[in-house]
Amino acid sequence: MLAVRDVTKRFGSIEAVAGISFTVGRGEIVGFLGPNGAGKTTTMRMLAGIFPPSSGSVRVAGRDPLLDPLACRRAVGYFPEQAPSYPELTVRGYLGFVAKLKRLPRAARSEAVARVLAACGIEDVAHRRVGTLSKGYRQRVGLAQALCGDPPILILDEPTIGLDPAQVVEIRQLVRGLRGHRTVLFSSHILSEVEAVCDRVVVIARGRIVGEGTPAELGARLGRERLEDVFLDLVRP
Amino acid sequence: MFAVAAKELTLYFTSLLFYALATVFLVLAGFLFYTNLDFYVRFGGMNLVLGLWQYQFHDMRQLLLVLVPLLTMRLFAEERRLGTLELLWTYPVRDVELVAGKFLACLVVLAAILLPTLAYPLLLDRFQPVAWGPLFAGYLGLFLLAAAFAACGLFLSALTDSQLVAGASAYGVLLFFWIITWNEAAVSEGRLPVLRAFSLFDRFQVFMRGGIDTRDVAYLVLFATAFLAFTLLAFDTRRWRGLR
Repeated sequence: MLAVRDVTKRFGSIEAVAGISFTVGRGEIVGFLGPNGAGKTTTMRMLAGIFPPSSGSVRVAGRDPLLDPLACRRAVGYFPEQAPSYPELTVRGYLGFVAKLKRLPRAARSEAVARVLAACGIEDVAHRRVGTLSKGYRQRVGLAQALCGDPPILILDEPTIGLDPAQVVEIRQLVRGLRGHRTVLFSSHILSEVEAVCDRVVVIARGRIVGEGTPAELGARLGRERLEDVFLDLVRP
Repeated sequence: MFAVAAKELTLYFTSLLFYALATVFLVLAGFLFYTNLDFYVRFGGMNLVLGLWQYQFHDMRQLLLVLVPLLTMRLFAEERRLGTLELLWTYPVRDVELVAGKFLACLVVLAAILLPTLAYPLLLDRFQPVAWGPLFAGYLGLFLLAAAFAACGLFLSALTDSQLVAGASAYGVLLFFWIITWNEAAVSEGRLPVLRAFSLFDRFQVFMRGGIDTRDVAYLVLFATAFLAFTLLAFDTRRWRGLR
Protein backbone atom coordinates (compact mmCIF):
# COMPACT_ATOMS: atom_id res chain seq x y z
CA MET A 1 0.00 0.00 0.00
CA LEU A 2 2.93 2.30 0.69
CA ALA A 3 6.17 2.04 -1.24
CA VAL A 4 9.26 4.21 -0.92
CA ARG A 5 11.98 3.57 -3.50
CA ASP A 6 15.46 5.18 -3.41
CA VAL A 7 13.98 8.33 -1.98
CA THR A 8 16.23 11.27 -1.21
CA LYS A 9 15.05 14.59 0.15
CA ARG A 10 17.29 17.61 0.35
CA PHE A 11 16.50 20.94 1.95
CA GLY A 12 19.10 23.22 0.47
CA SER A 13 22.42 21.63 1.38
CA ILE A 14 20.95 19.41 4.10
CA GLU A 15 20.12 15.86 3.14
CA ALA A 16 17.24 14.90 5.41
CA VAL A 17 16.62 11.52 3.80
CA ALA A 18 19.30 9.74 1.78
CA GLY A 19 18.21 7.01 -0.61
CA ILE A 20 15.76 5.06 1.55
CA SER A 21 13.53 2.22 0.40
CA PHE A 22 10.84 0.27 2.23
CA THR A 23 7.29 -0.92 1.74
CA VAL A 24 4.21 -1.35 3.90
CA GLY A 25 1.82 -4.11 2.85
CA ARG A 26 -1.97 -4.03 3.00
CA GLY A 27 -3.30 -4.40 6.53
CA GLU A 28 0.13 -4.19 8.10
CA ILE A 29 1.03 -2.01 11.08
CA VAL A 30 4.60 -0.89 10.65
CA GLY A 31 6.59 1.02 13.24
CA PHE A 32 8.86 3.73 11.96
CA LEU A 33 11.58 4.02 14.52
CA GLY A 34 14.49 6.36 14.85
CA PRO A 35 16.11 9.02 16.97
CA ASN A 36 14.97 12.63 16.69
CA GLY A 37 16.10 14.25 13.45
CA ALA A 38 16.58 10.93 11.66
CA GLY A 39 14.19 11.77 8.81
CA LYS A 40 10.97 10.15 10.05
CA THR A 41 8.78 13.22 9.69
CA THR A 42 10.28 14.16 6.32
CA THR A 43 9.52 10.67 4.98
CA MET A 44 5.97 10.73 6.33
CA ARG A 45 5.34 14.16 4.84
CA MET A 46 6.37 12.85 1.43
CA LEU A 47 4.02 9.88 1.83
CA ALA A 48 1.20 12.22 2.88
CA GLY A 49 1.79 14.25 -0.28
CA ILE A 50 2.85 17.50 1.40
CA PHE A 51 5.99 17.73 -0.72
CA PRO A 52 7.63 15.49 -3.33
CA PRO A 53 11.00 13.74 -2.90
CA SER A 54 14.11 15.32 -4.45
CA SER A 55 14.74 12.00 -6.20
CA GLY A 56 13.35 8.48 -6.10
CA SER A 57 9.68 7.56 -6.08
CA VAL A 58 6.83 7.22 -3.65
CA ARG A 59 3.71 5.12 -4.24
CA VAL A 60 0.52 5.40 -2.22
CA ALA A 61 -2.05 2.67 -2.91
CA GLY A 62 -0.17 2.05 -6.17
CA ARG A 63 -0.38 5.66 -7.32
CA ASP A 64 2.15 8.44 -7.61
CA PRO A 65 1.21 11.42 -5.37
CA LEU A 66 2.75 13.75 -7.95
CA LEU A 67 0.59 12.56 -10.82
CA ASP A 68 -2.58 11.72 -8.94
CA PRO A 69 -2.51 13.88 -5.80
CA LEU A 70 -6.22 13.90 -5.00
CA ALA A 71 -6.67 10.11 -5.22
CA CYS A 72 -3.60 9.57 -3.01
CA ARG A 73 -4.79 12.08 -0.45
CA ARG A 74 -8.20 10.45 -0.35
CA ALA A 75 -6.55 7.14 0.58
CA VAL A 76 -4.49 8.59 3.42
CA GLY A 77 -5.28 9.85 6.89
CA TYR A 78 -2.35 11.83 8.23
CA PHE A 79 -1.61 12.71 11.82
CA PRO A 80 1.13 15.34 11.97
CA GLU A 81 3.34 15.74 15.00
CA GLN A 82 1.87 18.31 17.43
CA ALA A 83 -1.68 17.65 16.11
CA PRO A 84 -2.33 21.15 14.73
CA SER A 85 -5.93 22.39 14.54
CA TYR A 86 -7.92 25.60 14.91
CA PRO A 87 -8.15 26.72 18.55
CA GLU A 88 -11.33 28.77 17.96
CA LEU A 89 -13.41 25.97 16.42
CA THR A 90 -15.35 23.46 18.50
CA VAL A 91 -14.26 19.84 18.24
CA ARG A 92 -17.45 18.93 16.37
CA GLY A 93 -17.20 21.98 14.12
CA TYR A 94 -13.60 21.18 13.29
CA LEU A 95 -14.28 17.52 12.48
CA GLY A 96 -17.29 18.56 10.40
CA PHE A 97 -14.99 20.84 8.41
CA VAL A 98 -12.52 17.97 7.94
CA ALA A 99 -15.33 15.66 6.79
CA LYS A 100 -16.35 18.22 4.18
CA LEU A 101 -12.80 18.66 2.95
CA LYS A 102 -12.44 14.89 2.75
CA ARG A 103 -15.45 14.94 0.40
CA LEU A 104 -17.71 12.73 2.46
CA PRO A 105 -21.23 12.91 1.10
CA ARG A 106 -23.46 15.26 3.10
CA ALA A 107 -25.62 12.43 4.46
CA ALA A 108 -22.62 10.48 5.76
CA ARG A 109 -20.84 13.38 7.45
CA SER A 110 -22.52 13.60 10.83
CA GLU A 111 -22.35 9.83 11.24
CA ALA A 112 -18.66 9.83 10.29
CA VAL A 113 -17.97 12.57 12.83
CA ALA A 114 -19.94 10.74 15.51
CA ARG A 115 -17.98 7.56 14.80
CA VAL A 116 -14.53 9.16 15.16
CA LEU A 117 -15.67 11.09 18.25
CA ALA A 118 -16.57 7.75 19.82
CA ALA A 119 -13.48 5.94 18.53
CA CYS A 120 -11.17 8.56 20.02
CA GLY A 121 -13.14 9.01 23.25
CA ILE A 122 -13.80 12.71 22.78
CA GLU A 123 -17.60 12.73 22.70
CA ASP A 124 -17.79 14.54 26.04
CA VAL A 125 -15.72 17.48 24.75
CA ALA A 126 -17.35 17.65 21.29
CA HIS A 127 -18.94 21.03 22.01
CA ARG A 128 -15.78 22.60 23.43
CA ARG A 129 -13.33 24.77 21.56
CA VAL A 130 -10.17 22.93 20.60
CA GLY A 131 -8.03 25.68 22.17
CA THR A 132 -9.50 25.01 25.62
CA LEU A 133 -8.63 21.30 25.59
CA SER A 134 -5.74 19.63 27.35
CA LYS A 135 -2.83 18.27 25.35
CA GLY A 136 -4.15 14.72 25.54
CA TYR A 137 -7.55 15.68 24.17
CA ARG A 138 -6.04 17.81 21.41
CA GLN A 139 -3.92 14.86 20.42
CA ARG A 140 -7.04 12.72 20.20
CA VAL A 141 -8.79 15.37 18.13
CA GLY A 142 -5.81 15.16 15.76
CA LEU A 143 -6.19 11.41 15.61
CA ALA A 144 -9.94 11.75 15.00
CA GLN A 145 -9.15 14.07 12.09
CA ALA A 146 -6.87 11.40 10.57
CA LEU A 147 -9.42 8.60 11.08
CA CYS A 148 -12.31 10.67 9.72
CA GLY A 149 -13.69 9.22 6.50
CA ASP A 150 -12.14 5.79 7.16
CA PRO A 151 -9.09 6.11 4.90
CA PRO A 152 -7.46 2.73 4.11
CA ILE A 153 -3.99 4.07 4.96
CA LEU A 154 -2.99 5.89 8.14
CA ILE A 155 0.26 7.75 8.57
CA LEU A 156 0.69 8.63 12.23
CA ASP A 157 3.62 10.81 13.25
CA GLU A 158 4.36 10.26 16.94
CA PRO A 159 0.70 10.04 17.99
CA THR A 160 1.48 9.27 21.65
CA ILE A 161 4.00 12.01 22.35
CA GLY A 162 3.08 14.13 25.37
CA LEU A 163 0.28 11.87 26.58
CA ASP A 164 -0.03 10.42 30.06
CA PRO A 165 0.45 6.64 30.44
CA ALA A 166 -3.28 5.86 30.48
CA GLN A 167 -3.86 7.84 27.31
CA VAL A 168 -0.87 6.18 25.65
CA VAL A 169 -2.43 2.80 26.34
CA GLU A 170 -5.75 3.96 24.87
CA ILE A 171 -4.14 5.22 21.68
CA ARG A 172 -2.17 2.01 21.34
CA GLN A 173 -5.32 -0.03 21.71
CA LEU A 174 -6.99 2.14 19.12
CA VAL A 175 -4.16 1.59 16.65
CA ARG A 176 -3.98 -2.12 17.42
CA GLY A 177 -7.69 -2.34 16.70
CA LEU A 178 -6.95 -1.24 13.14
CA ARG A 179 -4.80 -4.31 12.43
CA GLY A 180 -5.89 -6.26 9.38
CA HIS A 181 -8.29 -3.74 7.90
CA ARG A 182 -6.10 -0.62 7.84
CA THR A 183 -2.56 -0.08 6.70
CA VAL A 184 -0.67 1.91 9.32
CA LEU A 185 2.74 3.56 9.38
CA PHE A 186 3.39 4.64 12.92
CA SER A 187 6.43 6.64 13.95
CA SER A 188 7.84 6.74 17.43
CA HIS A 189 11.03 6.80 19.35
CA ILE A 190 9.51 4.87 22.21
CA LEU A 191 10.60 1.30 21.69
CA SER A 192 8.20 -0.54 23.95
CA GLU A 193 5.37 1.14 22.14
CA VAL A 194 6.50 -0.05 18.73
CA GLU A 195 6.95 -3.55 20.12
CA ALA A 196 3.45 -3.51 21.59
CA VAL A 197 1.65 -2.24 18.53
CA CYS A 198 3.54 -3.06 15.34
CA ASP A 199 3.94 -6.18 13.19
CA ARG A 200 7.17 -4.96 11.75
CA VAL A 201 9.72 -2.22 12.36
CA VAL A 202 11.69 -0.01 10.01
CA VAL A 203 14.59 1.72 11.74
CA ILE A 204 15.95 4.95 10.33
CA ALA A 205 19.01 6.91 11.48
CA ARG A 206 20.77 9.89 9.90
CA GLY A 207 18.48 9.69 6.87
CA ARG A 208 19.24 6.03 6.11
CA ILE A 209 17.41 2.78 6.81
CA VAL A 210 19.55 0.85 9.24
CA GLY A 211 17.30 -2.10 9.99
CA GLU A 212 14.01 -3.71 9.02
CA GLY A 213 12.03 -6.71 10.24
CA THR A 214 9.99 -7.93 13.19
CA PRO A 215 11.42 -6.97 16.58
CA ALA A 216 12.44 -10.62 17.08
CA GLU A 217 14.22 -10.80 13.73
CA LEU A 218 16.15 -7.64 14.41
CA GLY A 219 17.12 -8.95 17.82
CA ALA A 220 18.30 -12.29 16.42
CA ARG A 221 20.35 -10.58 13.76
CA LEU A 222 22.25 -8.53 16.25
CA GLY A 223 22.32 -11.12 19.01
CA ARG A 224 20.27 -8.95 21.35
CA GLU A 225 17.12 -9.70 23.24
CA ARG A 226 15.87 -6.29 24.21
CA LEU A 227 14.65 -4.00 21.47
CA GLU A 228 16.36 -1.13 23.27
CA ASP A 229 19.76 -2.70 22.69
CA VAL A 230 18.93 -3.53 19.08
CA PHE A 231 17.90 0.06 18.54
CA LEU A 232 21.03 1.49 20.12
CA ASP A 233 23.20 -0.85 18.03
CA LEU A 234 21.44 0.19 14.85
CA VAL A 235 21.42 3.95 15.31
CA ARG A 236 24.98 4.23 16.60
CA PRO A 237 27.04 6.08 13.96
CA MET B 1 -14.31 25.79 -1.69
CA PHE B 2 -17.51 26.50 0.22
CA ALA B 3 -16.30 24.40 3.15
CA VAL B 4 -13.19 26.57 3.40
CA ALA B 5 -15.24 29.76 3.03
CA ALA B 6 -17.68 28.61 5.71
CA LYS B 7 -14.85 27.81 8.13
CA GLU B 8 -13.21 31.18 7.51
CA LEU B 9 -16.51 32.97 8.10
CA THR B 10 -17.02 31.06 11.35
CA LEU B 11 -13.56 32.18 12.46
CA TYR B 12 -14.21 35.78 11.41
CA PHE B 13 -17.61 36.08 13.01
CA THR B 14 -16.48 34.48 16.26
CA SER B 15 -13.37 36.64 16.49
CA LEU B 16 -13.08 39.96 18.22
CA LEU B 17 -10.97 41.23 15.33
CA PHE B 18 -13.91 41.35 12.92
CA TYR B 19 -16.16 43.23 15.35
CA ALA B 20 -13.39 45.63 16.31
CA LEU B 21 -12.58 46.44 12.70
CA ALA B 22 -16.24 46.72 11.70
CA THR B 23 -16.86 49.08 14.61
CA VAL B 24 -13.85 51.24 13.77
CA PHE B 25 -14.89 51.38 10.13
CA LEU B 26 -18.52 52.20 10.78
CA VAL B 27 -17.84 54.78 13.48
CA LEU B 28 -15.27 56.57 11.32
CA ALA B 29 -17.37 56.27 8.16
CA GLY B 30 -20.36 57.67 10.07
CA PHE B 31 -18.32 60.58 11.38
CA LEU B 32 -17.00 61.28 7.88
CA PHE B 33 -20.53 61.19 6.52
CA TYR B 34 -21.62 63.70 9.13
CA THR B 35 -18.75 66.08 8.34
CA ASN B 36 -19.17 65.65 4.59
CA LEU B 37 -22.88 66.32 4.89
CA ASP B 38 -22.21 69.38 7.02
CA PHE B 39 -19.72 70.63 4.44
CA TYR B 40 -22.19 70.04 1.64
CA VAL B 41 -25.05 71.77 3.42
CA ARG B 42 -22.92 74.72 4.51
CA PHE B 43 -21.25 75.42 1.20
CA GLY B 44 -23.74 73.76 -1.14
CA GLY B 45 -23.74 74.86 -4.73
CA MET B 46 -22.70 71.49 -6.03
CA ASN B 47 -24.88 68.62 -7.04
CA LEU B 48 -25.42 65.85 -4.55
CA VAL B 49 -23.47 63.20 -6.44
CA LEU B 50 -20.33 65.28 -6.84
CA GLY B 51 -20.55 67.27 -3.67
CA LEU B 52 -21.37 64.69 -1.09
CA TRP B 53 -21.00 61.14 -2.30
CA GLN B 54 -17.72 61.77 -4.07
CA TYR B 55 -16.14 62.82 -0.78
CA GLN B 56 -17.85 60.06 1.11
CA PHE B 57 -16.56 57.36 -1.28
CA HIS B 58 -13.15 58.97 -1.29
CA ASP B 59 -13.04 58.81 2.51
CA MET B 60 -14.36 55.26 2.74
CA ARG B 61 -11.67 54.23 0.26
CA GLN B 62 -8.97 55.50 2.62
CA LEU B 63 -10.59 53.66 5.52
CA LEU B 64 -10.63 50.41 3.52
CA LEU B 65 -6.94 50.80 2.75
CA VAL B 66 -6.27 50.75 6.48
CA LEU B 67 -8.82 48.08 7.25
CA VAL B 68 -8.43 45.36 4.62
CA PRO B 69 -4.80 44.35 5.30
CA LEU B 70 -5.77 43.87 8.95
CA LEU B 71 -8.57 41.57 7.86
CA THR B 72 -6.52 39.51 5.43
CA MET B 73 -3.17 39.23 7.19
CA ARG B 74 -4.15 36.20 9.23
CA LEU B 75 -5.67 34.15 6.40
CA PHE B 76 -2.69 31.97 5.48
CA ALA B 77 -0.04 33.26 7.91
CA GLU B 78 -2.07 31.92 10.83
CA GLU B 79 -2.58 28.52 9.18
CA ARG B 80 1.14 28.29 8.63
CA ARG B 81 1.96 29.27 12.17
CA LEU B 82 -0.52 26.72 13.54
CA GLY B 83 0.71 24.01 11.16
CA THR B 84 -2.79 23.48 9.77
CA LEU B 85 -1.79 24.48 6.24
CA GLU B 86 0.26 21.33 5.75
CA LEU B 87 -2.66 19.34 7.13
CA LEU B 88 -4.96 20.97 4.58
CA TRP B 89 -2.50 19.85 1.91
CA THR B 90 -3.11 16.22 2.89
CA TYR B 91 -6.85 16.47 2.21
CA PRO B 92 -8.27 15.88 -1.27
CA VAL B 93 -8.64 19.62 -1.86
CA ARG B 94 -7.00 21.61 -4.65
CA ASP B 95 -5.00 24.71 -3.81
CA VAL B 96 -7.31 26.75 -5.99
CA GLU B 97 -10.24 25.74 -3.77
CA LEU B 98 -8.37 26.83 -0.65
CA VAL B 99 -7.49 30.20 -2.14
CA ALA B 100 -10.93 30.76 -3.65
CA GLY B 101 -12.64 29.76 -0.40
CA LYS B 102 -10.59 32.22 1.65
CA PHE B 103 -11.12 34.99 -0.88
CA LEU B 104 -14.85 34.33 -0.97
CA ALA B 105 -14.97 34.63 2.81
CA CYS B 106 -13.16 37.99 2.51
CA LEU B 107 -15.75 39.24 0.05
CA VAL B 108 -18.60 38.27 2.38
CA VAL B 109 -16.90 40.02 5.30
CA LEU B 110 -16.29 43.16 3.24
CA ALA B 111 -19.90 43.18 2.10
CA ALA B 112 -20.99 42.82 5.72
CA ILE B 113 -18.89 45.83 6.68
CA LEU B 114 -19.97 48.00 3.74
CA LEU B 115 -23.66 47.16 3.86
CA PRO B 116 -24.53 49.19 6.98
CA THR B 117 -23.19 52.34 5.29
CA LEU B 118 -26.25 52.18 3.02
CA ALA B 119 -28.02 53.70 6.00
CA TYR B 120 -26.59 57.11 5.01
CA PRO B 121 -28.30 57.43 1.63
CA LEU B 122 -31.44 55.75 3.01
CA LEU B 123 -31.65 58.36 5.77
CA LEU B 124 -30.83 61.23 3.46
CA ASP B 125 -33.42 60.06 0.97
CA ARG B 126 -36.13 61.05 3.45
CA PHE B 127 -35.10 64.69 3.19
CA GLN B 128 -33.87 64.94 -0.35
CA PRO B 129 -34.22 62.34 -3.14
CA VAL B 130 -31.03 60.39 -3.74
CA ALA B 131 -29.96 59.32 -7.24
CA TRP B 132 -29.44 55.60 -6.76
CA GLY B 133 -27.70 54.90 -10.09
CA PRO B 134 -24.48 56.85 -9.40
CA LEU B 135 -24.54 55.59 -5.84
CA PHE B 136 -24.59 52.02 -7.13
CA ALA B 137 -21.55 52.78 -9.29
CA GLY B 138 -19.73 54.16 -6.27
CA TYR B 139 -20.47 51.09 -4.19
CA LEU B 140 -19.49 48.76 -7.03
CA GLY B 141 -16.16 50.57 -7.31
CA LEU B 142 -15.62 50.51 -3.58
CA PHE B 143 -16.35 46.78 -3.40
CA LEU B 144 -14.09 45.95 -6.36
CA LEU B 145 -11.33 48.07 -4.86
CA ALA B 146 -11.71 46.33 -1.51
CA ALA B 147 -11.63 42.94 -3.28
CA ALA B 148 -8.38 43.98 -5.01
CA PHE B 149 -6.91 44.99 -1.64
CA ALA B 150 -8.02 41.66 -0.19
CA ALA B 151 -6.42 39.61 -2.98
CA CYS B 152 -3.15 41.46 -2.46
CA GLY B 153 -3.33 40.89 1.31
CA LEU B 154 -4.17 37.23 0.81
CA PHE B 155 -1.10 36.74 -1.38
CA LEU B 156 1.25 38.37 1.11
CA SER B 157 -0.29 36.33 3.90
CA ALA B 158 0.66 33.17 2.00
CA LEU B 159 4.32 34.18 1.93
CA THR B 160 4.98 34.24 5.65
CA ASP B 161 3.93 32.70 8.93
CA SER B 162 3.98 36.11 10.61
CA GLN B 163 0.72 38.02 10.48
CA LEU B 164 2.56 41.26 11.17
CA VAL B 165 4.90 40.81 8.23
CA ALA B 166 1.93 39.92 6.01
CA GLY B 167 0.01 43.05 7.08
CA ALA B 168 2.97 45.40 6.85
CA SER B 169 3.95 44.23 3.38
CA ALA B 170 0.33 44.51 2.20
CA TYR B 171 0.39 48.17 3.28
CA GLY B 172 3.65 48.60 1.41
CA VAL B 173 2.33 47.18 -1.85
CA LEU B 174 -1.04 48.96 -1.70
CA LEU B 175 0.52 52.33 -0.80
CA PHE B 176 2.93 51.92 -3.69
CA PHE B 177 0.01 51.47 -6.08
CA TRP B 178 -1.50 54.61 -4.60
CA ILE B 179 1.47 57.01 -4.65
CA ILE B 180 2.74 55.80 -8.00
CA THR B 181 1.13 58.79 -9.78
CA TRP B 182 1.28 61.41 -7.04
CA ASN B 183 3.96 63.55 -8.61
CA GLU B 184 3.19 63.38 -12.28
CA ALA B 185 5.94 65.88 -13.06
CA ALA B 186 8.59 63.48 -11.77
CA VAL B 187 7.89 61.07 -14.61
CA SER B 188 8.70 61.62 -18.27
CA GLU B 189 5.70 62.21 -20.47
CA GLY B 190 6.06 58.89 -22.24
CA ARG B 191 5.95 56.88 -19.05
CA LEU B 192 3.10 58.67 -17.34
CA PRO B 193 0.31 56.81 -19.16
CA VAL B 194 1.96 53.53 -18.20
CA LEU B 195 2.10 54.46 -14.52
CA ARG B 196 -1.45 55.77 -14.67
CA ALA B 197 -2.56 52.50 -16.14
CA PHE B 198 -1.15 50.72 -13.10
CA SER B 199 -2.36 53.10 -10.43
CA LEU B 200 -4.89 51.29 -8.32
CA PHE B 201 -6.41 54.45 -6.90
CA ASP B 202 -6.81 56.47 -10.09
CA ARG B 203 -9.11 53.65 -11.15
CA PHE B 204 -11.57 54.75 -8.51
CA GLN B 205 -12.09 58.31 -9.81
CA VAL B 206 -14.86 57.49 -12.28
CA PHE B 207 -16.71 55.21 -9.84
CA MET B 208 -16.53 57.94 -7.21
CA ARG B 209 -18.30 60.38 -9.52
CA GLY B 210 -21.02 57.84 -10.23
CA GLY B 211 -19.81 56.37 -13.51
CA ILE B 212 -18.76 52.88 -14.49
CA ASP B 213 -15.91 52.50 -16.95
CA THR B 214 -15.48 48.89 -18.07
CA ARG B 215 -11.72 49.47 -18.29
CA ASP B 216 -11.65 50.23 -14.57
CA VAL B 217 -13.78 47.19 -13.79
CA ALA B 218 -11.47 45.03 -15.90
CA TYR B 219 -8.39 46.46 -14.22
CA LEU B 220 -9.64 45.82 -10.69
CA VAL B 221 -10.80 42.30 -11.53
CA LEU B 222 -7.45 41.57 -13.19
CA PHE B 223 -5.55 43.03 -10.23
CA ALA B 224 -7.38 40.68 -7.86
CA THR B 225 -7.06 37.68 -10.19
CA ALA B 226 -3.33 38.27 -10.62
CA PHE B 227 -2.71 38.26 -6.88
CA LEU B 228 -4.82 35.14 -6.41
CA ALA B 229 -2.76 33.46 -9.15
CA PHE B 230 0.46 34.59 -7.44
CA THR B 231 -0.81 32.92 -4.28
CA LEU B 232 -1.19 29.61 -6.12
CA LEU B 233 2.30 29.99 -7.59
CA ALA B 234 3.71 30.71 -4.15
CA PHE B 235 2.19 27.46 -2.85
CA ASP B 236 3.64 25.47 -5.72
CA THR B 237 7.08 26.97 -5.19
CA ARG B 238 7.07 26.29 -1.49
CA ARG B 239 5.91 22.74 -2.03
CA TRP B 240 8.63 21.92 -4.54
CA ARG B 241 11.24 23.37 -2.26
CA GLY B 242 9.78 21.29 0.57
CA LEU B 243 9.04 24.28 2.77
CA ARG B 244 6.05 24.57 4.98
